[in-house]
Amino acid sequence: MIRNTAKSLLLHLCLFVAAAFTLIPFLWMLSASFMKNGEATLFPPHFVPTHISFQQYAILFHELNMGRYFLNSTILALGVTGGSLLVNAMAGFAFAKFTFPGKRPVFTLLLTSMIIPGQITMLPVFLLLNKLGLLNTYWGIILPGLASIFGIFLIRQYVSTIPDSLLEAAYMDGGSSFLIFWKIIMPLAKPVLITLALFTFMGTWNDFLWPLIVMTKDSMYTLPVGLAGLLGEHAQDTELMMAGSVITIIPIILIFLFLQKYYVQGILVGSIKE
Amino acid sequence: MKKTYQIAYIFLAPALLTLTVFFFLPVLAALGMSFTDFDIYSIGNLARTRFVFLQNYQHLLHDPLFWKSLLNTAYFVLVAGPLTIFVSLFTAMALQSSLLRFKSFFRLAFFLPVITNLVAIAVVWRYLYHPRFGLLNYILALFHCGPIDWLGNPHWAMPALILLATWKNFGYFMMIYIAGLQTIPGELYEASSLDGANWWRQQWHVTVPLLAPTTLLVTIMTVVGYLQFFAEPYIMTQGGPLNATLSVVLYLYDQGFRWWKMGYSASIAFVLFSVVFLAAVLQLYLGKRREAWG
Amino acid sequence: MIPGLKRLIPIVILLTVPVVGCHSLSKQNKAVTFWAMGQEGKHLETLLVKFARLHPEIPVKIQRIPWSSAHEKLLTAFAGQSTPDICQLGNTWIAEFESMGALTPLDSFVLGSPVVRSSNFFSGIWQTNVIHKKLYGIPWYVDTRVLFYRKDLLAKVGYRNPPTTWREWAEVSKRIKRASPPNEGNFANYFPLAHNNPYVPVILIMENEGRFLKKNKCYGAFEDPNTVKALQFYVDFFKNGWAPKNMSRVSNIYQGFQAGFFSMFISGPWDINEIRERVPSLRNKWGTAPMPKGKKSVSVAGGASLVIFKSSKRKSEAWKVIEFLSRSETQTDFFKLTRDLPAVRKAWSDSSILSDPQIRAFREQLETVQPTPKLAEWEQIASKMQEYLEKVIYGRMTLKQAVIDLDRDVDRILEKRRWLLSQNLLPE
Repeated sequence: MIRNTAKSLLLHLCLFVAAAFTLIPFLWMLSASFMKNGEATLFPPHFVPTHISFQQYAILFHELNMGRYFLNSTILALGVTGGSLLVNAMAGFAFAKFTFPGKRPVFTLLLTSMIIPGQITMLPVFLLLNKLGLLNTYWGIILPGLASIFGIFLIRQYVSTIPDSLLEAAYMDGGSSFLIFWKIIMPLAKPVLITLALFTFMGTWNDFLWPLIVMTKDSMYTLPVGLAGLLGEHAQDTELMMAGSVITIIPIILIFLFLQKYYVQGILVGSIKE
Repeated sequence: MKKTYQIAYIFLAPALLTLTVFFFLPVLAALGMSFTDFDIYSIGNLARTRFVFLQNYQHLLHDPLFWKSLLNTAYFVLVAGPLTIFVSLFTAMALQSSLLRFKSFFRLAFFLPVITNLVAIAVVWRYLYHPRFGLLNYILALFHCGPIDWLGNPHWAMPALILLATWKNFGYFMMIYIAGLQTIPGELYEASSLDGANWWRQQWHVTVPLLAPTTLLVTIMTVVGYLQFFAEPYIMTQGGPLNATLSVVLYLYDQGFRWWKMGYSASIAFVLFSVVFLAAVLQLYLGKRREAWG
Repeated sequence: MIPGLKRLIPIVILLTVPVVGCHSLSKQNKAVTFWAMGQEGKHLETLLVKFARLHPEIPVKIQRIPWSSAHEKLLTAFAGQSTPDICQLGNTWIAEFESMGALTPLDSFVLGSPVVRSSNFFSGIWQTNVIHKKLYGIPWYVDTRVLFYRKDLLAKVGYRNPPTTWREWAEVSKRIKRASPPNEGNFANYFPLAHNNPYVPVILIMENEGRFLKKNKCYGAFEDPNTVKALQFYVDFFKNGWAPKNMSRVSNIYQGFQAGFFSMFISGPWDINEIRERVPSLRNKWGTAPMPKGKKSVSVAGGASLVIFKSSKRKSEAWKVIEFLSRSETQTDFFKLTRDLPAVRKAWSDSSILSDPQIRAFREQLETVQPTPKLAEWEQIASKMQEYLEKVIYGRMTLKQAVIDLDRDVDRILEKRRWLLSQNLLPE
């Protein structure tokens, strides 16, 4: 009994230390963002602002385009998420519930392409978007993001578990495949759709390299790109950068808190081996 | 099921079309580009481009910076990979312990770094690593060590990025391990504890072998992901000091989007692809072999 | 018609139509787009208030770009055909953008202009904008780099005046280093080692009459004895501990300057304002001086010009903006806002410029400025040079080996240029 208490204490202690390691940077970021200029760079470090000041946030929104970056990030994340849900769900449904010539080879091709590093396509896609006049537009990010192999795979896994008998009954009643997809598959696949939506939203929100290349106009920057730009120009203004970081991560943390369950499910589905 | 497979094609069309236009064709285009010297001069006037076939690849072989970036990336993968796997496995085991309270709090705490944006994280970490005012050196000083110039010293810059990447990513793989642990039947532990095995031996003899398939998956995911290491050095060190943190992807970004040597950059991308491909295949093969040996 | 399909059609249409729609909308705004960097971007709004009154029919849209990523951004914009109408271009970059065919020649605009005349400008700076006998930019402000130093700290080691020769510079550095407590980690100088910030060695090479390139700028010439000597002088600062190797130790140069972490650094006029604003406690404790002399006292012909991109649809409106910014009274206002030095001679007669003691060194230095080589590959070559110097500073390589390797790399970078010249694909 005593041994168990000791064990439990030790275990909790270890985990609290580990949790401190992951949480301290966030707490420090939050704290520094409420400091006045120069307070964060004092030595020894100040962990708590002497006066809570919203000065940094005011600068971000009034003098630097933070509000606009926020809007861009939101539009892009929602656009990519909405579009890709539909496109991937359709393809996932086809792979799960139809037999058609070329199914196996196409599916294998998709699975093997999952390991092609995205950087290979950056240059040609950049030139292609340029030809189409889509650089510096939302479409430059949304269109290439419409289909994701991971998404198709995720949805196929889930839809396969929906019993055929359900669909057969609907076909008997003279329903078309499209009706079935919309009325039966989509509602039943809701959990996996939410999971995929979450993944896509976060992925788009946090993406850095691609928006950095596609968006050359300041008015089109996303939060991470805008933040990296500020970092180049305001490297000396630690507190300002911290405030920018806080704004960048708060939405994601909130979304995650509400939809944790689905996110974890997604990881689990994604990690089941074929 | 109906056998009208034409409908399946309609359902597939949007996804396959998008993938073809924005993925498969660009891959082929990049391959073609890697045989030319497409660069800054070519943009204004295509007549200023030559077909050089394999010359870019030859240059790469003799390019010390490319080798440096490859070595750096290998260093990163070989150290950060196992470290990440170890930490994630360990935290997963701890979180599965029946003695533990506040499980969801810990899970969230370990998972926060995964979902946040690296640029935002980098802002704080740059600061934690600051040689004069940084928190890390402040802590080291309490133990009478340091100060270490984390990002400014060629020996410490890569370890600093490894630490950051591990901190950021272990939560993700921890979740996968938790899923794997939940599939292990409890009887196995009961049986071994009747044999008088302590907790450590149980983990070593029961958990680790049974998690082998999960570990294989996690290993492939970390290796493939870490080979494409870019944002950390781009934001934290710009590849410096002394190119100690120049990764392959950062080098290809510099060549392609900073100096506009598109052809050369494309050839780097293909070499990277071959490395990723070989790494994945090799791991699958080794994993399969282990299974065969049981 | 299948009922399910009906529902899908609008979605598919929605996904495809706006691609065309939203693109054409963005073309309709009439504003002249103007990209500016760093602090110039910050103050441009204020400066253009008067312009808006004079020309309400020409709205100007300003976009700020951070200096650190300006080069990449501009190239990307050019490749993506999304360049602005007017851009502030560091005058070391003009050759590069000209060789890509990105810029509009401005000779015809100047011919008809009552305001912009070459005789109004400093001739050395005007010349940096002339390539293949055509004019591609109008000087906006001039800058060059001089020595910033802490008067009080130099006085402490017996130097009432700033160093005027290389020898004195080394001597004063030695004394400051010796006088500082060993564990403080104080240095005498601070030179940035970032690869995109190569100006200190470039200036030293110029001061020693060294060469960068040879044979019509087709081959590297860093093995030139004068060049090597200058680089040796530079590297010795680090070897002797008179300058810190690590940039990260100086995450904030103003704080470092204030703390005495270093007493001297080399920078441009913008830092006059920055120091005054950020570390007001240093008042009267610091000064500026011309570059200490090698064979001569030289500095780099810096500054920025205003260019009009070839793709611009509003060239004549853009020219109006440039004309306005070239007026001598606008140039004076601009100086008051930014401390950027006027490119127009007449603006210098304003008392606020003459009376500023920290500007004086720049005025002196401007008499002897040299441009960096005018070619597209210059940025890349300079960045390469920094990379090798860093290796030498860290003791990974001898300087002798470094310049050999550097020349080899530069030759490789210039291979394309040689081919283009041989095929007559480059005007030269």
